[in-house]
Amino acid sequence: MQGPNDVTRRDVLAAGAATVAGTLAPTGAQAQSGQGAPPAAPSASGAGASPQPARAAVSLKVNGTVRDLDLDTRTTLLDALREHLHLTGTKKGCDHGQCGACTVIVEGRRINSCLSLAVMHDGDSVTTIEGLGTPEALHPMQAAFVAHDGYQCGYCTPGQICSAVAVLDEIKAGIPSHVSADLTAAPEPSADEVRERMSGNICRCGAYSNIVEAITEIAGRPA
Amino acid sequence: MKSFTYEKAASPAAAADAAARTEGAKFIAGGTNLLDLMKLEIEAPTHLVDVNGLALDTIEETPAGGLRIGALVRNTDLAADNRVRRDYAVLSRALLSGASGQLRNKATTAGNLLQRTRCPYFYDTDQPCNKRRPGSGCGALDGYSRQHAVVGASAACIATHPSDMAVAMRLLDATVETVRPDGETRSLPVADLHRLPGDTPEIETALAPGELITAVTLPAPLGGTHFYRKVRDRASYAFALVSVAAVVQADGTGRVALGGVAHKPWRIAAAEAELPRGAKPVADALLAQARPTKDNDFKLPLVQRTLAAVLAEARG
Repeated sequence: MQGPNDVTRRDVLAAGAATVAGTLAPTGAQAQSGQGAPPAAPSASGAGASPQPARAAVSLKVNGTVRDLDLDTRTTLLDALREHLHLTGTKKGCDHGQCGACTVIVEGRRINSCLSLAVMHDGDSVTTIEGLGTPEALHPMQAAFVAHDGYQCGYCTPGQICSAVAVLDEIKAGIPSHVSADLTAAPEPSADEVRERMSGNICRCGAYSNIVEAITEIAGRPA
Repeated sequence: MKSFTYEKAASPAAAADAAARTEGAKFIAGGTNLLDLMKLEIEAPTHLVDVNGLALDTIEETPAGGLRIGALVRNTDLAADNRVRRDYAVLSRALLSGASGQLRNKATTAGNLLQRTRCPYFYDTDQPCNKRRPGSGCGALDGYSRQHAVVGASAACIATHPSDMAVAMRLLDATVETVRPDGETRSLPVADLHRLPGDTPEIETALAPGELITAVTLPAPLGGTHFYRKVRDRASYAFALVSVAAVVQADGTGRVALGGVAHKPWRIAAAEAELPRGAKPVADALLAQARPTKDNDFKLPLVQRTLAAVLAEARG
């Protein structure tokens, strides 16, 4: 339980991020001015210099609840979830679609929420880790990750679990993978298939073997 | 990221018109490459025309016995289509060897063709790059060029095209259908879509400003045995150092194209004529004009050996 004077891990991280941003600001400014010296690219017209960033109304159905937002058009789905809806289970890792920490399920499919604009998902259904299970009633995949110790620091885990849930749906739907020997046959949820299909989720602690065990255990259960 | 205005297009022609009318406008579909580049301000569109709502997401059979693939068909859906898996396996294999499951769920057929190079000097805005900032020079020429092109490059640019799918499309003689801002439609061979860098590496395709890809059409199936063999630094989720797409017929004839070696998918008719004679003459013909760097000359033997592996598998 959190008392009024308790400092949360999130507060500390936020303060740390602000400090880092302040430290780096001069470097960033130099880099920008250095780039400003040569002639502007043809696409950099005056239209981009609008003093007020463009905004848009966005309605997302997140974990079953419709949430109406007014967002800067630049807001990624990831930032809409974390910064505007305060669903901080979804993590920002690389923010460039390389690590998979931001994986959520949109309209039944896993995607990198960092590489999609919220405004492009107006009306879409989004499932995040908070929508899969609760501490009292874990999703079977969450329980399997706990049982198999499928994490160490836990930062990549929400993305791993969202991805894993969707991977098993993809296998059930008959979607082949790079390691499927026969393209025209129905794929099996083997360890090789799981490893290949989970390659977009990086775990720097290296819990991979336990992650594969957790996923293949759930895959082996009757649906 | 620079601020931009945003609209959802009502029709392909309206999308093309909107993109042509607004200076600095870009189309967005999957967004998996464009948003990455926008975060780095390598791309800085002033206006985004979202084409996702256009009904360009179906795969239909053509009167000629081929397939017409809507521009918005996601990479996952194209790779998983039963007709593609059965008749155009090289295309399924190429798609499945690229990116991650999450990215393939978003990335589209047209967007995959139009993705930009992953040359690290293009991505690092502190480095010179003629593609990103014309006239600034090429950081890769005297830099670290292990991933770069060995054929078809120029003194201005040695970047590669990163797509696996495009290599299969080139092998299959796919045709790209487009609509222009004035509503006119045209089709062009995918062979003519991508350009070699020459003196203007910033111009990557034959598309006019505002021209929108609406579909990619495959001719009737070729038969034969299909291969897409990709060599990369790790087993999954990495760009090709070298890839070989091939369709080999029972009599040893066939087609072959390379990825990872040039600014566009690399296919040479004279090389295909050598297929019955084995990997070496094919590789020699494909790479006759090769000018590798000290960092990537390994790609020349790698092409031949990968090709040899494919042909050995084809013989069974």
